[in-house]
Amino acid sequence: MWKRDESVKPTNVQPASGGSDGRSSGTSGSAQSGGRQLTGGDVVNIGKSVVIKGELNGSEDLTIEGQVEGKIELKDHVLTIGANGKIEAQVFAKMLIVLGEVNGNIVASEKVEIRDGGSVDGDIVSPRVAIAEGAHFRGSVDMQRKSGQPPVAPRPAAQASPQTPPAAQVARPAIR
Amino acid sequence: MGLSDLFARLRKDDDVTATSEADELIKPTRALTRFLAGLDTSQQPILLDLGPVVGSNVTFFGGEVGCKLLIEDLSKDIDQHVSQSKVADLPDFFEGRFPQESETISGILCWDIFDYLDRAAADQLARQLTRVLEPGGLLLAFFSTADPQSTIRPTYTRHVVVDRSHLEYRPYKAARAKQRPLLNRDIQRLFEPLKVTENFLLKTHQREVLFRKPVKTSGAPFESPLAVR
Repeated sequence: MWKRDESVKPTNVQPASGGSDGRSSGTSGSAQSGGRQLTGGDVVNIGKSVVIKGELNGSEDLTIEGQVEGKIELKDHVLTIGANGKIEAQVFAKMLIVLGEVNGNIVASEKVEIRDGGSVDGDIVSPRVAIAEGAHFRGSVDMQRKSGQPPVAPRPAAQASPQTPPAAQVARPAIR
Repeated sequence: MGLSDLFARLRKDDDVTATSEADELIKPTRALTRFLAGLDTSQQPILLDLGPVVGSNVTFFGGEVGCKLLIEDLSKDIDQHVSQSKVADLPDFFEGRFPQESETISGILCWDIFDYLDRAAADQLARQLTRVLEPGGLLLAFFSTADPQSTIRPTYTRHVVVDRSHLEYRPYKAARAKQRPLLNRDIQRLFEPLKVTENFLLKTHQREVLFRKPVKTSGAPFESPLAVR
């Protein structure tokens, strides 16, 4: 039951960043702070030293321990914001689990979970929302959105999200 | 009696104690029942909750009642002002606290937040809440009727909806104690032009008050409040 699955070794992959904004997203390649690593079950991990500015698209489950500013789209997959993760972005995912910080609007087609110690400042649209005691949340919750309806527009200045450069100008670290 | 029997009995006793303690925190509420009944659910109502975020309440109001829920935890704001010794700034703070447009909110859950405010701050908060509440909208507030006891460590209360007619009162640490209770007429004046539609005085030294914002008509500034069913 507790036997570790050693069949999957961490692989050396290129850092999932490198922006045109000049802000580096250094990765040491170690298992703890690696920019991107594959682990068992096709979950990709973005390490805590990684900073990504721009759009993040993916077609597999993703755990973010670093910082992301801009937009994250994982529409058919689970996105986990780890305890060290700091997100200043609009998030679209099938399911979102927050243990770190999210500042931005969230659209999840299945569920949003804010766990103890997690923090969300923004509006949530999802049919299921679970907020643990000890979690921080400020914003609105809409559990009634019909499918096909456009997602909520991002909050204006109140959200304090940084100016996001136009999509054409930003790096798009594709995680596939 | 074997040791295993003894431990089993002790465990059972512990469970019973924990359950009874939880039961003691659960109290009936009449105003919440009326509040929910009075919400117009033909369209998705927008609720403004001024208490701390409670996961099960989000599920209840968002999923079961079908509201869009806005959560603005004012207890954190009060604590922040107390810790910075800026309680006197609360009225100015409340003036710009609510970014919502006027008359866009269907219902407001104040819980007992007014118990922790001075008169000037309470006035400003009530003014802002009256502004954002739509005509016909409802506001639910609880007011203590007992003088605050200085010997007791100050606590806020997390109001957890058990069902439509019961609330669980979960205390948690506060930076500021409850202030002197407001009299009934002061409560009415505080929220003018809202009209009191229900006023329940409970054995728990608490007053549950339900307000409704009168609907504007072309002839008169306000129509008499609608009956809450």
